[in-house]
Amino acid sequence: MKIHEYQAKEILAKYNVPVPRGILVDHKNQAAEAAKTLGTPVVVVKAQIHAGGRGKGGGVKLAKSPKEAETLAGQILGMTLVTPQTGPEGRLVKKVLIEEGMAIAKELYLGIVVDRATSRVLIMASEAGGMEIEEVAAATPEKILKETVDPVIGVKPFLARKIAFGLNLEGEALKKMVPFIINLYNSFIKEDCAMLEINPLVITEDNRVLALDAKVTIDDNALFRQKHILDYRDTDEEDPLEVEASAYHLNYIKLDGNIACMVNGAGLAMATMDIIKHTGGEPANFLDVGGGANEEMIENGFRILLGDKNVKAILINIFGGILRCDILARGVIAASQKLNVQIPIVVRMEGTNMEEGHRLLEESGLRLIVANGMKDAAKKVVKSIQ
Amino acid sequence: MSILVDENTRLIVQGITGREGQFHSEQAMKYGTKVVGGVTPGKGGQTVLETVPVFNTVKEAAVKTKANATMIFVPPPFAADAILEAANAGLELIICITEGIPTTDMIEVHRSIQGTGSRLIGPNCPGVISPGKCKIGIMPAHIHRKGNIGIVSRSGTLTYETVSQLSALGYGQSTSVGIGGDPIIGTKFIDVLEMFQKDRGTKAVCMIGEIGGTDEDEAAYYVKKKMTKPVIGFIAGQTAPPGRRMGHAGAIISGGQGTAQEKMSIMKKCGIKVCKSPADLGKTLANAL
Repeated sequence: MKIHEYQAKEILAKYNVPVPRGILVDHKNQAAEAAKTLGTPVVVVKAQIHAGGRGKGGGVKLAKSPKEAETLAGQILGMTLVTPQTGPEGRLVKKVLIEEGMAIAKELYLGIVVDRATSRVLIMASEAGGMEIEEVAAATPEKILKETVDPVIGVKPFLARKIAFGLNLEGEALKKMVPFIINLYNSFIKEDCAMLEINPLVITEDNRVLALDAKVTIDDNALFRQKHILDYRDTDEEDPLEVEASAYHLNYIKLDGNIACMVNGAGLAMATMDIIKHTGGEPANFLDVGGGANEEMIENGFRILLGDKNVKAILINIFGGILRCDILARGVIAASQKLNVQIPIVVRMEGTNMEEGHRLLEESGLRLIVANGMKDAAKKVVKSIQ
Repeated sequence: MSILVDENTRLIVQGITGREGQFHSEQAMKYGTKVVGGVTPGKGGQTVLETVPVFNTVKEAAVKTKANATMIFVPPPFAADAILEAANAGLELIICITEGIPTTDMIEVHRSIQGTGSRLIGPNCPGVISPGKCKIGIMPAHIHRKGNIGIVSRSGTLTYETVSQLSALGYGQSTSVGIGGDPIIGTKFIDVLEMFQKDRGTKAVCMIGEIGGTDEDEAAYYVKKKMTKPVIGFIAGQTAPPGRRMGHAGAIISGGQGTAQEKMSIMKKCGIKVCKSPADLGKTLANAL
């Protein structure tokens, strides 16, 4: 689950990771007051959206007076911010963070991720702060320091020192960086982060070490024990159909095509999207309805798929195995009657009682097209909209 | 022959008194798997499925039943603990079906079971089946045929799809292994490929990968260097958008890495016959043999 910068900084502060003082506002009238309260000669006005690259899109601005902070907040609030990560449609800005300005001596990068190759947490650091780490990795991989953390011992001072020296820090900054890295790692583990990125991490001219920006993603699997994170969810940042699907516990991702698909199992769902594409169609979504396939689930699935106005046909691909196809067929028939589905539906199902299932679909009098196997299903659904 | 599980496997089931655990234990027994016990803390002394004794701890179950394998159906908050308990009891094979275990739990588990002699399959996997001998997991038994094709996959239903295509063409399976869709798993492609290479009952291998991570790449290099048996492959998610988690926790293209195209190209370079369409798995294997 993604969270906002200001929320990430609230979390970091709990673990004594220094962050700039900041005040969140959702109306420009509050901006001048916030700037005055912060009291620095310069304040930063930062758009709060989940996508990165906000500066490039004009969502991060410096204000030299409270008056200017108000003007800039007025410009940014309500704007549709387009960044390299939002896509061309951009994101509406509803909140801005007003932060204290500071004299920056050095900008660094620090990222913590789960390294699948080693099955351990990996800390990455670089002196090229402020740049996209992917760009640094592509151009000058030797400039990225990497340290794998043994989960049994965690990040001890020696490891943090190794990183700090690697970043060519000295004196006061070096001394402060060690607890910074240790605390950051602790917040990563205790809050069940999937990714934590501080870019830039700054050393100020008066030798303070701070997380100037913070990007945090929380492991969805851990939300049952990180209930406070659920309060951070901002459904404005998600596709409305994806929000609705999540309420039904359906795994749905909207895409740009016009052939919707409903599948059980994530791998098979991806493979179904792939075969639609290979057959000359464009998949409209990813939808994994999970293990069971009852009438209610199919009905909810239909409701989500039909919510996408681009959808011209639906492909249902269920590999039941243990599931009985006659039960599945009855579910498809009932749900399409109830919702009065008008577009072609191609059904491919595999499992016990398959013949009985096919007979029910064919005799239903609905526009249900029975397919044998994935290839046949993909061909039939592509043909149905030509 | 086969790998990991066979007629000598003696299985206990952790979480046997739950709905899923009990259902799939029964299915396994019907298939002929020797289910010798179950574990549910606090329910020791009971008997389920007419003959299966339930124990409070894995250690007690292992000692009294001489089990050498366990299948875990414990809910996500307690599943990591269940794996550790199984390793602590000295079970050789731990198959964890549970989906949704927090990643930080799995990092600890992965580290802790190193050097214990236990092999973990999963989590978030359908399990392992050696047709005609032993079934541990949630896969439908009837689609499998006894034979000499090894299957290794990160997926569940896509594995069933593959198996049924192969069975329909007359290609039975030596063993089908679901390694799981999570970012941190106990056994990777490369481990299973190594076992299939050594297994005299396996003539060819079919590997089903998906977007995210680099395990398929490492497996491909292994195939090139060490494998003499033909390997065919498929990668799901060729049309998946970057940065989105496609159902499986591990199925995500991040930082431009782990795309299907990249994996397929490395696999091809390493001599694996890669099919673009999931409908061509059976045919591709037939051509490779």
